Amino acid sequence: MDFRLGDDSDAFREEVREFMAEQMTPELEEKLYRTGTNHDEAFTKAVADRGWLALRWPVEWGGQGRHPLEAIAYNEEIQRVDGPSYGMGTTMMIAKVVHELGTDEQKAEILRPALQGEIIICLGLSEPEAGSDVANAQTRAVRDGDEWVINGQKMFTTNAHIGDYVFLLARTNTDVPKHKGLTTFLVPLKHPGVEVQAVFTMSGERTNITYYSDVHIPDAWRIGDVDGGWRVMTVFLQDEHSTGFASHLARLIHHTEAWAASATDAEGRPRIEDPEVRARLARAATDLEVSRLLQRRSVWIAETGVVPEAEGPMAKLYSSEALERAAQNLTELVGADALRSYFDPTAPEGGRIEHTLRFSLGTTIYAGTSEVQRNIIAQRGLGLPR
Amino acid sequence: MDLRFSPEQDQLVDAFSGLYSNHSSPEQVRATEAVGFDPDLWKRLADLGVLLMAVSEADGGWGASFLDLAVVAEQQGRFVAAVPVIETQVAARLLARLNAAGAAPLAEALSGGRLITFAPRAASNGVAGLIPGGSVADAAVVRADDRLLLVPLDVSRTVVENLASMPLADVVLTDSVSVLANGDAARLAHDRAVDEWMALTAMALVGIAARALEIGVEYVKERKAWGVPIGTFQAISHRLADSAAAVDGARLLAYEAAWAVDEDPDRAAELAAMAFAFAYETARDATYRSLHFHGGYGFMMEYDIQLYYRRARGWANVYGDPELTYRRVADRRYGPVDAVREA
Repeated sequence: MDFRLGDDSDAFREEVREFMAEQMTPELEEKLYRTGTNHDEAFTKAVADRGWLALRWPVEWGGQGRHPLEAIAYNEEIQRVDGPSYGMGTTMMIAKVVHELGTDEQKAEILRPALQGEIIICLGLSEPEAGSDVANAQTRAVRDGDEWVINGQKMFTTNAHIGDYVFLLARTNTDVPKHKGLTTFLVPLKHPGVEVQAVFTMSGERTNITYYSDVHIPDAWRIGDVDGGWRVMTVFLQDEHSTGFASHLARLIHHTEAWAASATDAEGRPRIEDPEVRARLARAATDLEVSRLLQRRSVWIAETGVVPEAEGPMAKLYSSEALERAAQNLTELVGADALRSYFDPTAPEGGRIEHTLRFSLGTTIYAGTSEVQRNIIAQRGLGLPR
Repeated sequence: MDLRFSPEQDQLVDAFSGLYSNHSSPEQVRATEAVGFDPDLWKRLADLGVLLMAVSEADGGWGASFLDLAVVAEQQGRFVAAVPVIETQVAARLLARLNAAGAAPLAEALSGGRLITFAPRAASNGVAGLIPGGSVADAAVVRADDRLLLVPLDVSRTVVENLASMPLADVVLTDSVSVLANGDAARLAHDRAVDEWMALTAMALVGIAARALEIGVEYVKERKAWGVPIGTFQAISHRLADSAAAVDGARLLAYEAAWAVDEDPDRAAELAAMAFAFAYETARDATYRSLHFHGGYGFMMEYDIQLYYRRARGWANVYGDPELTYRRVADRRYGPVDAVREA
């Protein structure tokens, strides 16, 4: 056994950390906070220039072919500073789907601009009546000669207001079981009939509802087979196995520790000397260690040739629940002043604790709720009956 | 990063799980409950080298890595074996580090002449309470304030009946003790031994938690209510899924803590305390859930799950509650709070 990530990973981490320190200026942080849009053109371009948008992709695909242990370091560092990575994340996930399943025409259109950070592809999966049960999508695509006509509505189309394409899961056949009647498309967001409506969330993040009214798109924008959408989704979901929130938890603990070192009690003693403060921070730090280990394992195991069973869901479940728990617990520890938010100049730690409490709530919901993760662990990990 | 055992560690697992499964079955564990100790199993483990592996060749042992000891400790927990393996290993390593002062008792321990255990909690007011292995050992290494003592146990011990059927004793410190170390040296030596005891006990608790979860999963797959296996109910499966994630996390953390003893000494003490607290909470919850999901059967002594429920609590809480352990984590992260300031 060896718990080190290794020299290559450590050296790459240093490089990424320096880059993030240069890029994440107070001005950029403020802009991200004010707009709630988790994307920045200049930042994305700088990441693309380093070749990091596709750091895991093979060199012949235009990536850097880096080892997963280097990818772990990269992801931990960009999350640690809350770098605006959501837009590039969804774009590259779909670019990978296009690489594996797209036509030559689609590849020519999408891959180069995606790798250069010039386009944004959003996810159009969830609907008002299809969240965790995403295969229940009701948005319709009806064939009309060489075109498809799309009608429906998608929830949480994050970045659609600045994006170029939406990866859309639509129902093309109502006469078959629900998983078998789905098809995926890339829909240009500038197309007539696509309407974007802002939705604001607890974390301050802006997302969108997108409406599709008689949107005509050529068949050339279909990805995969007609009614073969679920297979495309399987390829898409393969990349979701390494999600986790250990780095957000690390940041919360870092800020609370800084607060505890500087804040004092009525007698003028630093709060970090209070046994209860110490025990609560130590508990959160232990949860962080566990979260980080579970996340790193889920990345490592995929490299060993072992077919992962429940390792990814365990990392996602544990780290997101730990983040929620710590955010609640440390908010109460800081006390009344933890209510002060980013724009109050006296807020402890620049309002990061208040923000993390808000942010944490989404983490147990998106990319598969905790309940969905528990189902997967119970069935695939423990072999319990459905 | 590599989370696999070495081939030699795979062999260790085979050797020890083989021995435990033949000689520490649930029936055999039950048979020893009155004293909490199985002398026959202890002899077999000693013959296999369980104590010799814990100290270096220079000190008369085999010099296995600390990670190897952790591999054995996980099996010890899986079989809730009635033998003070961890305490005797930790005591032997502590005696070895004391050089001349510990040489004679170490030689007696390694030869099988004396069973020497370790008290993770310091004595207070002249009494060392709840010493694990204390009711069956010949002597214990105990810290009393700034003295590290070798305490003979045959004279002044009171055997303690207890929740976990452990071989516990309260011991009054008398003139018969011998001093192994004084002052800072005594504190540091004891502290480091507590770190090691926590790392290995964490591993044993992981073994308890993992086996308890398996017992629970087997049961809820078989047991039916309203015509379906109760494991189909999310009220049950989701809590077992939580335990599954916690058990995997606790195992990773405990192995990391054991690995750090030899490979990352700066973090070893912090990780040991984290692992101990987290493995306890994981074992506590996994044994509770599995017992509860057995319904009335879980409450019957006849079912094995109660063996695990009781030991998870006993093996950990001879040190203290998790709050105390988390404060120890904080002492390692932030440095101890100045004692003068408290006064």
